[in-house]
Amino acid sequence: MDYSIEELQTKANDIRQDIIKMLLEAGSGHSAGPLGMADVFTALYFGGVMDYDPKNPKWEERDRLILSNGHICPVLYATLAHAGYFPHEELMTLRKLGSRLQGHPERERLPGIETTSGPLGSGLAQASGYAYASRMDSKKFRVFCLTSDAEHQEGNHWEAVAFAGKYNLSNLTAFVDRNNIQISGFTEDVMPLEPLKAKYEAFNWNVLEVDGHNIEAIIDAVNMAKAIAENPTVIICHTIPGKGVDFMEGKWEWHGKAPNPEEAKKALNELRTLQGKIKSEHE
Amino acid sequence: MLNKELKLSDKIFSKEIDKVPTRNGYGEGLVEAGEKDERVVVLSADVGESTRAFYFKEKFPERYIEVGVAEQAMATIAGGMVNYGKIPFISSYATFSPGRNWEQIRTTIALNDVPVKIAGAHAGISVGPDGATHQALEDIAIMRAMPNMIVIAPCDSIETKKATIEAAKNGKPTYIRFAREATPVFTTEDTPFEIGKALILWDSLKISNFQIPISNEIQNSKFKIQNSCAIIACGPLVYEALLAAKELEEQEIGAIVVNCHTIKPIDEETIISAAKKCGAVVTVEEHQVIGGLGGAVAEVLARNYPTPMEFIGMPDSFGESGDPDELLEKYGMKSKDIVEAVKKVIRRKQN
Repeated sequence: MDYSIEELQTKANDIRQDIIKMLLEAGSGHSAGPLGMADVFTALYFGGVMDYDPKNPKWEERDRLILSNGHICPVLYATLAHAGYFPHEELMTLRKLGSRLQGHPERERLPGIETTSGPLGSGLAQASGYAYASRMDSKKFRVFCLTSDAEHQEGNHWEAVAFAGKYNLSNLTAFVDRNNIQISGFTEDVMPLEPLKAKYEAFNWNVLEVDGHNIEAIIDAVNMAKAIAENPTVIICHTIPGKGVDFMEGKWEWHGKAPNPEEAKKALNELRTLQGKIKSEHE
Repeated sequence: MLNKELKLSDKIFSKEIDKVPTRNGYGEGLVEAGEKDERVVVLSADVGESTRAFYFKEKFPERYIEVGVAEQAMATIAGGMVNYGKIPFISSYATFSPGRNWEQIRTTIALNDVPVKIAGAHAGISVGPDGATHQALEDIAIMRAMPNMIVIAPCDSIETKKATIEAAKNGKPTYIRFAREATPVFTTEDTPFEIGKALILWDSLKISNFQIPISNEIQNSKFKIQNSCAIIACGPLVYEALLAAKELEEQEIGAIVVNCHTIKPIDEETIISAAKKCGAVVTVEEHQVIGGLGGAVAEVLARNYPTPMEFIGMPDSFGESGDPDELLEKYGMKSKDIVEAVKKVIRRKQN
């Protein structure tokens, strides 16, 4: 199905609303990261750059999406529901006993989840192993790995950067959610990451930078990465944590908490009216 | 007396017995596993020569992946490869893998319940001169506490080879530990090996090997339950346990020696029946006495058949540099220490 950029933006907004509802229902979880990454997830799943089949989640030739920073799983779950992997109403079971939507994603629990994640810094290595192994068998599919910026403080992540760079894993595309926040503050205060682009380049990676809320630019960057056959590509996505909800935007305090009912109502109202730019039919 | 059904080496108590490091069995097992299944790949964190993973590299260079000195990456890269459909073996020294990368193994291998094989070399005090930093003595404890994980500590190089080949086929996350030093090869290619099935190598409570029904065995034996003990061991120290049993027989003390190569899932049936037969148990391992084979056996017996126990192993202490034999001597893991432990636990039983 082909979507216009406008339709994709609407889709991203719907996903953001689902995230707020899920977090409210769950009573705990992470808000800022999932909201900030809604445009990237929309671009990947609905922008025509990723091959997958929700009716056959284990389809061998599918592109693999590995979410390294598992704590932003509400955005993955909401996106998968929109893509048709499972019933939309199941989103409201997030973090509840018996739910397939675990607090951090687990492989095999839910269709469309490629690995278990949550402990930071381990996703890129798994994606690299996947990319290496599939290349051994001359498979054509691509491996996408989504990472947070602060997990670049983990040694395990840089071990993987070196590995993928050494072995020229051009079938691997990594994304960094460069939102500048982490649970206890701003990344550059907690443990600086810059110059991030230069670091990746030093490890033999191709680096692209995009506005992580410009869906068209994200799609273009993914297509550009696909065209590079020499080395792996990282797309540094500059995002606003909490994007779409004014009182969450840019606030590290919203990294690891869920909205209360009043905050959720306010957030949903903002999303429905595009922060007051349009009059909501719900008012 | 030795269990003849198990076809142990003819040279078992001879000075001419072959001595080979268990890690060689890992290298040989990898090659055979690789021949049988092309999904087998081997990842190395720079120490491929000393883990013997390089045997595989020589045969299958395109399936041997060097990750550098990066054990956390090794576990997680293997996590990705297994999700794709490979059967990865990751090898390093046990203090680093599964020591340093325990959480990566937990999250991406055990929780996913995928067949990555973790091979921990240089396990035990017998690593010797390298000292405490390189002597893995807690690895059984940290691995057996992990759901889904199979834990194997083979007794000699031939058993290590069999364990490696079987691990490639079992479809489960599996940890195999092995040692650096050359140790006696007392099993043969014909000795049975099945993951999870302990073997009774020695039973001096038996009169002859297989004719007499079990109920008559003890009656007919010169050893009474009051004067006997089950020795349950794993790894190369199984050989010390056999030497101890032989010595005990000369002193008219009966013993059963169990090679409990699989610590998880543990062979409850064999352990309980040995405990019932002897009424006392000594465990033997090159590992901390906390949380390893001894702990696993104690858990089984506490639930099923409470039995006095003694524990041979590292006494809640780190090791140090020294010759392997000197260290085993200093930390009380030789056959004479096992003999003493058996006498001690028998005294407790009698009281």
